[in-house]
Amino acid sequence: MLKYIGKRLLYLILVLLGVSFIVFTLLYISPGNPAKIILGEAATPEALAALEEQLGLNDPFLVRYFNYLKGIVFELDLGTSYNTGRAVLDEILAVFPNTVTLAASAIVIAVMVGVTLGIISAVKQYSIIDNLVMVFALIGTSVPIFWLGIMMIVLFSVKLHLLPPSGYGTFAQMIMPAVALGLQSTAMIARMTRSSMLEVIRMDYVKTARAKGQKEIVVIMKHVFRNALIPIITVVGLQFGQLLGGAMLTEMVFSIPGLGRLIIDSISMRDYPVVQGGVLFVATCFSLVNLVVDLLYAVVDPKITKS
Amino acid sequence: MNKENKKTNSQLASVWRSLRRNRMAMLGLVILVLLALMAIFADFIAPYAYDAQDLLNARQAPSAEHIFGTDEFGRDIFSRIIYGSRLSLVVGFISVGIALVLGGFLGAVAGFYGGRLDDIIMRCMDILLAIPQVLLAIAIIASLGNGLVNLMVAVGIATIPSYARIVRASVMTIRGEEYIEAARASGTNDAKIIIKHILPNCLAPVIVQVTLGIANAILSCAALSFIGLGITPPSPEWGAMLSGARNYVLTYPYMSVFPGLAIIVTVLALNLLGDGLRDALDPKLKR
Repeated sequence: MLKYIGKRLLYLILVLLGVSFIVFTLLYISPGNPAKIILGEAATPEALAALEEQLGLNDPFLVRYFNYLKGIVFELDLGTSYNTGRAVLDEILAVFPNTVTLAASAIVIAVMVGVTLGIISAVKQYSIIDNLVMVFALIGTSVPIFWLGIMMIVLFSVKLHLLPPSGYGTFAQMIMPAVALGLQSTAMIARMTRSSMLEVIRMDYVKTARAKGQKEIVVIMKHVFRNALIPIITVVGLQFGQLLGGAMLTEMVFSIPGLGRLIIDSISMRDYPVVQGGVLFVATCFSLVNLVVDLLYAVVDPKITKS
Repeated sequence: MNKENKKTNSQLASVWRSLRRNRMAMLGLVILVLLALMAIFADFIAPYAYDAQDLLNARQAPSAEHIFGTDEFGRDIFSRIIYGSRLSLVVGFISVGIALVLGGFLGAVAGFYGGRLDDIIMRCMDILLAIPQVLLAIAIIASLGNGLVNLMVAVGIATIPSYARIVRASVMTIRGEEYIEAARASGTNDAKIIIKHILPNCLAPVIVQVTLGIANAILSCAALSFIGLGITPPSPEWGAMLSGARNYVLTYPYMSVFPGLAIIVTVLALNLLGDGLRDALDPKLKR
């Protein structure tokens, strides 16, 4: 097991090296001279040249990449924001908790509602409830998050005056963003729960459990649901990446100061170090979550470490 | 060759039969055909031009003249949505096309040759997969700049790994078959074997992925346009329309309703068809 974890961690580092290279290259080829972005259009040629030299903009591509990498590895230095002059990592860490809270609330809602709906649906297969849940799941995966957010604002803030339309901090302000962000995952989890429950629900051991006179709810939760867990864990793990992407859109709609909004705002201000650092940061979190999910499997199913 | 054609024909027929029995999938297909017709004949269907401004009638609620109302410049929202279907369908198809060609090529090569080459290609795919799709597309378009073409390229590149993985997996199951050995023994070159004998046999999973992938691409493009990267106003792209309408959420909410509904209907139709195709093409899943 330890060897497996070690191997996976090593691989994770290689992948993140690749990500850093891609992100660096993307912003290397993007238009605009950083020195000009920092100093503004009115800067004198001498000042520009001095800053270019100071930022190392005249160095060859690979030298710049390795300097960037060196900064990250040895000093956790993701560069400095053109806009605020603060360290990129500080900028990211200042807003990251908001994104985590948002994504975590969304996934909690998604798991609770999704699993419940999926179980009911599977137990009452082909009933009206089942059909309704499946229609909900289908529509849920087709609705753009940002549109759902706008519609929720129209309904709950503008028409009913129940919830604040934007902002971040209070519980009331979190409700709509978390539900909007979680809807797609709820739908996916409901579908996955239903189908993996249906796969085991007719197995002989379930019939045996019933024949032994166990209560139906015990049979479902203990014998069926538990054995349907692995595919459900997979979907929950996969959803996390979706959620990080979706959080960006949710943050835009509800004006939440999070990592997604930081990245998007930085793009429009051409604050490339922040964009670079932000993408790398998200990729790192995403990969770590995937690693944890894989390790969870290995715990649930020891066969995996052997292959 | 003739025999092979007949075989694929009868396979197609059986897929079509099972698809036709699936009412939800047929609903999706019908909606898609209607959408395609709407896009093609937009000039005849739309009551107004998509860029015809009428500032005296700006921000009107839905009425007999403007059934979806008008936007902040007095443009007819219904007409803009009809013209927008062109953009969404084109963007969806082409970005998936880009992903399919590049990803399919990489996956086929990786699966066919295996070994070192396979390792290198798939590790590169893992690197792309480490960045959430929307974010990767955002990063790409941030460096390329806004615009229709860049949007399709960004979404296309961001989705390459899914196609590479699917094609690789099916190539690997097929490459050991006897008829491939036979083709190789008779001196057919690799490119020909891959294109003529292997790829046609990976079609089933690819078709499903393409259908669902177009839905996904349309959503991503709308999302990017919504946050101001991608297609920008005054183009009648649905996401861009929502982006403009957002400023009027508090006063003219109906401006946001219809572009979003258009996205949902299109994506839902593609998802329904994709699910139906998966059931029809994968006999294992039949109940």
